[in-house]
Amino acid sequence: MSTSYKTIISDGLWSNNQALVALLGLCPLLAVSNTMINGLGLGLATTLVLTLSNTTVSIIRNWVRQEIRLPVFVLVIASFVTAVELSMNAYFHELYKILGIFIPLIVTNCAIVGRAEAFASRNSVPHAVVDGLAMGIGFTLVLMLLGAMREFIGQGTLFADAHLMFGEGARGLTMTLGDDFQGLLLAILPPGAFFGLGLIIVLKNIADKKISTRKAAVISANDAAEPEVKPAESV
Amino acid sequence: MMMDKLKHPIILSAFILGIFGVLGSGLVALTYMGTAEQIAAAEKAALLAIINKQVPPENFDNDLFNDVITLEKPELSKHPIQIYRARKQGTPVAAIFAPVEAPGYAGPIRLIIGIQADGKLGGVRVLSHRETPGLGDKIEESRSDWVLSFSGKSLQDPLPGKWKVKRDGGEFDQFTGATITPRSIVTKTRETLEYFDKHSEALFAQPAVKREG
Repeated sequence: MSTSYKTIISDGLWSNNQALVALLGLCPLLAVSNTMINGLGLGLATTLVLTLSNTTVSIIRNWVRQEIRLPVFVLVIASFVTAVELSMNAYFHELYKILGIFIPLIVTNCAIVGRAEAFASRNSVPHAVVDGLAMGIGFTLVLMLLGAMREFIGQGTLFADAHLMFGEGARGLTMTLGDDFQGLLLAILPPGAFFGLGLIIVLKNIADKKISTRKAAVISANDAAEPEVKPAESV
Repeated sequence: MMMDKLKHPIILSAFILGIFGVLGSGLVALTYMGTAEQIAAAEKAALLAIINKQVPPENFDNDLFNDVITLEKPELSKHPIQIYRARKQGTPVAAIFAPVEAPGYAGPIRLIIGIQADGKLGGVRVLSHRETPGLGDKIEESRSDWVLSFSGKSLQDPLPGKWKVKRDGGEFDQFTGATITPRSIVTKTRETLEYFDKHSEALFAQPAVKREG
């Protein structure tokens, strides 16, 4: 079985997005999405781990016996997470202090074990790499979107603390609504994460529905042009 | 016969699992060795940046990180406290206590408190905390000036009876919606000042702990 790269990518970014459709990895997603930069930082770390673990799992998929594959996956993932954690501590120290507990918690992000088990252990290495990247980027985008929403509504800024990721030069990136804006505290607090995620899922479902009605309209228009072709079955 | 036993699925599985255990810990060990120096440097730099805000670098000339003593069982806090001692040409300039833990609303607030040799506060900063975002987190320097209000204060200014938040009849502001957090920090800072007042000579006289690296 081999899936086309196009399907893998569109699955990861949209139709099987780990955060919006599979609803996996909610713990870090909801906890760290209080600013856009936090979301980006955790998203990139997750993407890195996901790609590394997918690659490794795919390479070893034929050697690892069925009954111990899950412990082996967990070992692989835990090792990579620890390595990424140490590297972040060394090179992005401030950001590491903010993300804190959520870096080690990448280990328990079900999305990673989920992709290892559901995809990487059954597909070739290149496919697994693309899947890891696509799923990771999809997850990162949701994290950033949710982070941006909560940051904007909650404290009236965007890109706050950008210098933690991009160095001092990025301080100017921060946008503020002005000092008068007090912010809606709820958005920063945990409930804000649930409201925000719910809203994003609603928007995605609306978009999906629009897309499918448009497709259906195109098909029925074609049908009208060729009246002799009848639907195979009607329910 | 022996070979058959070795090929038993459980033995094979254990063997494979063992190999991955070794490979995984190998990867972690390598990364650790590769980053340990960088992490130590980053932590030092972060700490020094905070210390320099409390005690200006031109005021001392010794190597802070090699002039440290540790209070293993301090009365101030549950965990050991490091005291960095700043001196200029051998004369004590300031002592920096880190971390001093104050009980917060949602967990310990770890403070770094710098006290000048004359008993005035060089400053108080928050190293880490778990206070409510938007309410208690105004103790962070990046969010509000509140924590700066300690600089220059001492046990004589304000007098010990006034070392409280305003709601308790003291001098220090509290935040709307969060009184526990500032109250705890004010109290802990006063306790640290009192501790320093009692022990300052001994603190500066103690020989530094030798640390490798």
